[in-house]
Amino acid sequence: MENESMKFEDAMLQLEKIVQQLETGDVPLEDSITLYKKGMELSSFCQQKLQSAEKQLISIVDKDGTATPFDPSEGENASE
Amino acid sequence: MANNPYLTVQAVTKYIKRKFDADRHLRNVYIKGELSNVKLHPSGHIYFTLKDEKSRIQSAMFRGNAANLKFRPESGMKVLIIGDINVYESSGQYQLYAQSMEPDGVGALFLAFEQLKEQLGKEGLFDPRWKQPLPWIPRKVGVITAKSGAAFRDICSTIGRRFPMAEIVLFPAAVQGKQAVPSIVEAIGQAGQRTDLDVLIVGRGGGSIEDLWAFNDEAVARALFSCRIPTISAVGHETDTTIADFVADRRAPTPTAAAEMAVPAQDELAGRILDRKRVIYRFLASRLQTEQKRLTRLKDSYPFAYPDRLYRPFIEKQALLEERLTRSRNDLLSRKDQELGRTVSRLQYVNPLVRVQHGLKELLASEGRLTRAVTHSTAVRQERFMTGIRMLQALNPLHVMERGFTIIYNGQDLVKSATGMKTGDIVDVRLQDGQAKAEIISVTLTEEES
Repeated sequence: MENESMKFEDAMLQLEKIVQQLETGDVPLEDSITLYKKGMELSSFCQQKLQSAEKQLISIVDKDGTATPFDPSEGENASE
Repeated sequence: MANNPYLTVQAVTKYIKRKFDADRHLRNVYIKGELSNVKLHPSGHIYFTLKDEKSRIQSAMFRGNAANLKFRPESGMKVLIIGDINVYESSGQYQLYAQSMEPDGVGALFLAFEQLKEQLGKEGLFDPRWKQPLPWIPRKVGVITAKSGAAFRDICSTIGRRFPMAEIVLFPAAVQGKQAVPSIVEAIGQAGQRTDLDVLIVGRGGGSIEDLWAFNDEAVARALFSCRIPTISAVGHETDTTIADFVADRRAPTPTAAAEMAVPAQDELAGRILDRKRVIYRFLASRLQTEQKRLTRLKDSYPFAYPDRLYRPFIEKQALLEERLTRSRNDLLSRKDQELGRTVSRLQYVNPLVRVQHGLKELLASEGRLTRAVTHSTAVRQERFMTGIRMLQALNPLHVMERGFTIIYNGQDLVKSATGMKTGDIVDVRLQDGQAKAEIISVTLTEEES
């Protein structure tokens, strides 16, 4: 897999491209399998990135002494 | 003297001057009029004409007095002057020497204020484009005011209450009296040297217009203008307006208000931070959500949701090809099969065995026909033979011979006629029961009966 320094956005773009390529379905079989594998790798890479971002977000919030469950619909609770 | 009645111009002028000197009414004259031909000499002296509708008088104000002027004399101004009238000997003119000058109608200070304001305004010192923004969160706040004044106390308590993190650096200055202007200018200069100040408050508490006058001074205004640090002027009460207010980057009605301007309120700041944090948090969270959706969409996309579809077309294609292959092979086989059949049947057709059998059949048939024919013809012949026999029987020479007839052969030839017979021919004579050789002795032909 790519090194961890790869950007989420780049990985996403690559993944999108792969999906497009596979959707058009004019890829040779071997290539399509390779693409599929690569796509799966990118997908899990992106998923990890998202999860760690989520964790970080929570831990940043935690540092302020307000442990809140991750809920995008709400900001952290005010604590003065 | 008596024999020379003529005086010099100088003598006459001196005489006249003495008259003027002696007249105490001219020693301390209060006079009002309109200024014209005002000339501000580089030396600091001011020369002008004072006039009314009817008259005019040449006037001068020397540097020492002019320096005390709170305003700048200009032509057209109505003024109140206190001075003395004397003779200017070299031109033979009497002149008004002004010791003090006040604007007629408005106060001198007000006028001076207006004038400086106009002048500095023209120069662009109040131009908004020179206004520096105040720092949002200053670490060090410079204050130029009297050390023991209420203004400083107010500023300290306000900053201490609002934003205790900020450090206050005082540059003590006299804020009224003779020393005020140089003191304030120097303090601004000192503060401007510092690199650690984020904002500078210059001001003092309330007082009379004279008390506040230093803040209407040009030098102070220019010092403020050229100060590198963002400045807040805070002079007197809300109603007091000074030139410093116009030049400073921000104007506060009071020192307390200046302190409020200089630093953010900590609790507001905390609220704002919290608010920003919320915004950022929401933003990030929604961004994460968005990206998650995007990723999920990709993960659920057709190729990944149904990976078998990736190779399904290939399977289909392969199956199709296989089918075509099989079909074409079968076609070929059946074609060849037919060809073979045809060839075999052709071969069959030319098979000698068949021909043999065929021949045999034909042979048999022929045989049958032959047999039938032979039988038939045999029968026919038999019949004929029997008939012949019967005829033969009838004709049998043996029967004749029994009745005594013989048969004569000449060699092989049967002798039926005497013709051809010669004497000496040896002939065979056959008899019923044997043969005999005979020699012809003679031949006689018989006459035919007619």
